[in-house]
Amino acid sequence: MTGQKHVIVAGGGVAGMEAAGALAELGFEVSLIEKEQKPGGHLLQWYALFPDHRPADEVRHYLRKRIHNEKITLVTGAEVQKIRHHGQEVVVTFADGTSLNGDAAIIATGFELFDAHRKEEYGYGIYDNVITSAELEDMFTAGKVVTDDGRMPARVGLIHCVGSRDEKVNNHYCSKVCCVTAVKQAIEIRKKYPETEVFCFYMDMRMYGPYYEELYREAQEVHNVNFIRGKVSEASVNISNRLVIKVEDTLAGRPLKMELDILVLMVGMEMSRSGARLAEASGLRTGINRFYETRDHHFGNNLSEIRGVFYAGTCTAPMNITDTISHARAAVAETVRYLNRR
Amino acid sequence: MKLEGKKRIWSEYQKEIPNDHFFYVRSCIRQTFFAGSEQYFLKIMREDLGKDVFEDPRHTTCTGIGYHGDVVPFETIQTVVARHFALATEAGYKHIAISCVTSFGIYSEILETWKHFPETLERTREDLYKATGRTFEVPETISHTSDIIYKFRDEIAQKAKYNLVDIETGKPLKVVEHIGCHYSKMFPKYGVGGAEFPHVLVGMIESWGGDVIDYPERRHCCGFGFRQYLVQANRGYSLFASRKKFESMEPYKPDLIIANCPGCTMFMDRWQYTIKEIDGITYGADGQGIPVLTYEEVAGLVMGYDPWEIGLQYHNVQSLPLLRKMGIKADPARRFLAKDGTRLPEPANLING
Repeated sequence: MTGQKHVIVAGGGVAGMEAAGALAELGFEVSLIEKEQKPGGHLLQWYALFPDHRPADEVRHYLRKRIHNEKITLVTGAEVQKIRHHGQEVVVTFADGTSLNGDAAIIATGFELFDAHRKEEYGYGIYDNVITSAELEDMFTAGKVVTDDGRMPARVGLIHCVGSRDEKVNNHYCSKVCCVTAVKQAIEIRKKYPETEVFCFYMDMRMYGPYYEELYREAQEVHNVNFIRGKVSEASVNISNRLVIKVEDTLAGRPLKMELDILVLMVGMEMSRSGARLAEASGLRTGINRFYETRDHHFGNNLSEIRGVFYAGTCTAPMNITDTISHARAAVAETVRYLNRR
Repeated sequence: MKLEGKKRIWSEYQKEIPNDHFFYVRSCIRQTFFAGSEQYFLKIMREDLGKDVFEDPRHTTCTGIGYHGDVVPFETIQTVVARHFALATEAGYKHIAISCVTSFGIYSEILETWKHFPETLERTREDLYKATGRTFEVPETISHTSDIIYKFRDEIAQKAKYNLVDIETGKPLKVVEHIGCHYSKMFPKYGVGGAEFPHVLVGMIESWGGDVIDYPERRHCCGFGFRQYLVQANRGYSLFASRKKFESMEPYKPDLIIANCPGCTMFMDRWQYTIKEIDGITYGADGQGIPVLTYEEVAGLVMGYDPWEIGLQYHNVQSLPLLRKMGIKADPARRFLAKDGTRLPEPANLING
């Protein structure tokens, strides 16, 4: 019953690829629009995934296969500027002024990682060996986690909630995936370098997903990762150019000062700039977290205010890959329901 | 350490500092304990840079110490500051130059309050009018006087007779910079370079030839902290905070500390004396203390003014080793002579004396 119906998917990350693949499987013509030169989104940078350390390449491979379908036209290097409903169709406008008509559209513009420079007190971009969680994944991919001068780290610290649950940077929300990512990365460091001490500095451990709590226990019981409840207040360097952090250990009830070789900032998720531009140009509502606000949190979590336009994935809120794929599939279901009723 | 990273932050915290025509408000602490700083700010601005800086003798304390000591209500301090603005308005000035970091923090807090809660501005206008019959305009800019010296740092460097360089080795002096907490930690946008990597003193030090030390406790409070010192039972906290900083900077063997806050200058100086008296410890190279100077005092030295006219002798930690390194000849015997040549009582146990 699909006829020659055409759905435009804006964003070629996990959600966009899954939505495009599912739609094509159901017989729809799909235009998958990606602003970068190749699809894959943030997953391209990831080495292994929680909670089972599955190689990220396996999911990348699945998604590549998913969009390998003659019904999908992949357009890269193109950013969707505006979406509107016109007559029976949706019209998507690009930065160069050209446009594309479809019967429906799915917005899957995803997220951006929090810019760690904004937490000035951690000295990212100033002090050597202050890196982000994404850059640590690059190190895993390269096969070595070392300091700027090539040394194996004796001690690594991971700061949770960098850019999340932080009024100072106007992000009140939890990015959901950083805690479990830190646990995963801490284990990976310990597996790679059993001599390296690893400390996680957290506010709360939000182990909400299946097998996350088990992973957290494994980190402590098997891999001897140290978890300290307290927010790091600042980083600096000493005369040996070794990092020095200050943190309040709220369980021990005392301030703590510690030297580290590498400090990893667990950067959270923010609404992507391209998504924000698209929201503004298209008159789409955003929430207090600046992500797209769906029509109903419970019953309409894929619906936008524009007829025929739906949301998929982390453009609506931080979520992990499992939930992103489920959300994309739900967006496809809503799209099909809309097209069948039209 | 990546300088580019610091420059990135500095570029995000640039503030408007006027070029001329300032209404000057003094500091209670500075004009009492090291009065040469304010004297030389005015001298450098008026005589060396040819700027218009106006003072009104009716200007009073901002009551900031009382406010932070919980004895002056916010409504009262707003009215006192509004009176300062009224004096500036009456004199035709729109740019306030503030000598004290506590006052600067107070002015910043009040302006932000008036911006976000306009009803508080209206109430303050009413309170001031009822109390004094005065009206006022909100100033166009507020600058801390360190902002102003920062703005003219290169002009001062062009007139320099001495640099922050060890004349024997030719190497830059190692300088600790310390900003007052209330300069930019409350409102980073009001400070040159923000709060985490402030540039205001760094800019001066680099322009005048020195090297800045970035030590682990660089951001730590000097220990004044108002109630930490004002409540006698808490003074141990105050002393310990300074000590923590000294121990952290000691390995770098600093030649000099420059601060932009009256309290910081005073406490980092006086507590070195106290620590030496209690424990016999000093933190500079070769068993000496580390001189703690204001940016105007350093600007005065760089421009070749007489150290004893600037008033360096009124610090507990004497600057003689620093003067020797910079090649400044100053007779220590002249330190405690009054203008008419009579000898003043000499303080006992001066450090680097």
